[in-house]
Amino acid sequence: MGLFFVSPYLIGFTLFMAGPLIASFCFSFTRYDIFNPPKWNALNNFAELAHDRLFLVSIGNTAFYTLFSVPLGMAVAFALALLLNRKLAARPVFRTLFFLPSIVPLVASAVLWVWVFNSQYGYLNWALRPVCDLLSLLPGVDARPPNWLQSPSWAKPALVIMSVWGVGGTMVLYLAALQDVPKTLYEVADLDGASAWQKVRHVTLPMISPILFFTLVMGLIAALQVFTQAYIMTKGGQPGVSTLFYCLYLFQNAFEYFRLGYASAMAWILFVFIAVITVIVFKATGRFVYYEGGGDE
Amino acid sequence: MSPSYLNRRRPPARLIAPLLTHAVAIALSAVFLFPFLWLLTSALKPNALLKQWPPVWVFAPTLEHFHSLFDPDSAFRFWQFLANTLFICAVTVSGNILASAMVAYGFARLKWPGRDILFYVMLGTMMVPAQTMMIPVFVLFRKLGWIDTFLPLTVPALFGNAFFIFMLRQFFRTIPRDLLDAARVDGHGEIAIWWHIVMPLSVPALAVVGLFAFLNAWNDFINPLIYLLDETRYTLSLGLAMFQGQYETQYGSLMAASALMTCPIVVLFFFTQRQFIEGIKLTGIKG
Repeated sequence: MGLFFVSPYLIGFTLFMAGPLIASFCFSFTRYDIFNPPKWNALNNFAELAHDRLFLVSIGNTAFYTLFSVPLGMAVAFALALLLNRKLAARPVFRTLFFLPSIVPLVASAVLWVWVFNSQYGYLNWALRPVCDLLSLLPGVDARPPNWLQSPSWAKPALVIMSVWGVGGTMVLYLAALQDVPKTLYEVADLDGASAWQKVRHVTLPMISPILFFTLVMGLIAALQVFTQAYIMTKGGQPGVSTLFYCLYLFQNAFEYFRLGYASAMAWILFVFIAVITVIVFKATGRFVYYEGGGDE
Repeated sequence: MSPSYLNRRRPPARLIAPLLTHAVAIALSAVFLFPFLWLLTSALKPNALLKQWPPVWVFAPTLEHFHSLFDPDSAFRFWQFLANTLFICAVTVSGNILASAMVAYGFARLKWPGRDILFYVMLGTMMVPAQTMMIPVFVLFRKLGWIDTFLPLTVPALFGNAFFIFMLRQFFRTIPRDLLDAARVDGHGEIAIWWHIVMPLSVPALAVVGLFAFLNAWNDFINPLIYLLDETRYTLSLGLAMFQGQYETQYGSLMAASALMTCPIVVLFFFTQRQFIEGIKLTGIKG
């Protein structure tokens, strides 16, 4: 009877998870253009990847995006949650205001931010221009607002900035966790003469560490798969290849160059990498994560 | 409450700290809200005001950008895209609710060999990047002749989703055992118990699943991009992305189209705030 109930998942798991996982593993050792049957290619796809400049560039770009957007997003979300956890009139209103941007569909926000980042007509540079003019009054300084999406060095930071706009969901999680921290812990800390920073460091952070850990893992996995923003906002990785992210290059190989074997090799490398990074994060943060009740569930 | 003479000793700190908190909260929320308001107001602004700085907040709203989108000759076929998206949403929402609830019952309330192992395998699959399965699944759907149909976007939902199954399992486990045992004693089968007792008790949890299945389908970009070729079958997200590619500088129309895609979600949010928060706790990120 139990098997009857889980049978939809079992079929779905076989068709859309286990089967494809094995198939893409097999594809990764072949040359496959979808129109002709796959041809055995041994380890050549992997050997070629090791010398593929664009592959290496895409790893670098993805690493940049992940290393900045994930910690920055967590820090901003945590700061906002701390702010909202203070005595605040109309807290639900503020919570909604910070949360709203995160529910804007990604494609819609990509279209919006293309305009925001436009170097001539975007409001970001209109706002920055007077600041830069002011800075330029200093001797030897020639400050100009960046070209954002048109500039190889500013396109990735622009996408990071855009990602921070959507931290509302993470903030809501942190705020809920903050409100679950027992007030008595802070009262005891007050009696011991703890400073505000010490209370955050030794009470708040350990108490909400499980949710920090959870958002770190989910954030890393999501950031490593960044695709939609770059596909829409920078026309497939421009300027140059500065926003060619891993999954964008994978997509191009599979569906634009019809190198499905090559793309499958990339897909499996990503899979293994995410598995390894998840284990590393588990191990590295294990001793910092505090589970009430011992965590042996 | 501390005695009032204590207050008098440090009046500045007691006054300044809350003021500062509110000032920072107002300033930061303005920064966060600005792009959002920019999107909505630009959709209603006449072209002449679109590129003005500082922005004009008070103006006579115009619907000219929307009129051009509702024009049947527009590259952004709003009504067609909306109908396509809603169709896909309807199938994936009902499919996900039914299938995930059924599977979750099997995991939550029935004992059978291999149950826990399969459950942990399912939890593990939540970490696997979709890109790893994307290519073989595409090959499979192509062999079935499903390219340029809605089938690749809807059929997978009929088999449930690991996140939703996990969530419903947690919820089903909170239903008192006595209730189910009493029904068993009365001679009801497991299917009847699931359908007539568990499902009606689980409407709040099912609503969360429905909401997030809807958001996933509404926001999905990569699957429509891979599987839909003909413009008449585009979803809103795919249509908007293509529209952006063709009319990069027509900011008014672009913002109007983005607003049309965003507003239903915002309205939905104001009606289902509790479910939104529950769903976020489950997935950790936005749908």
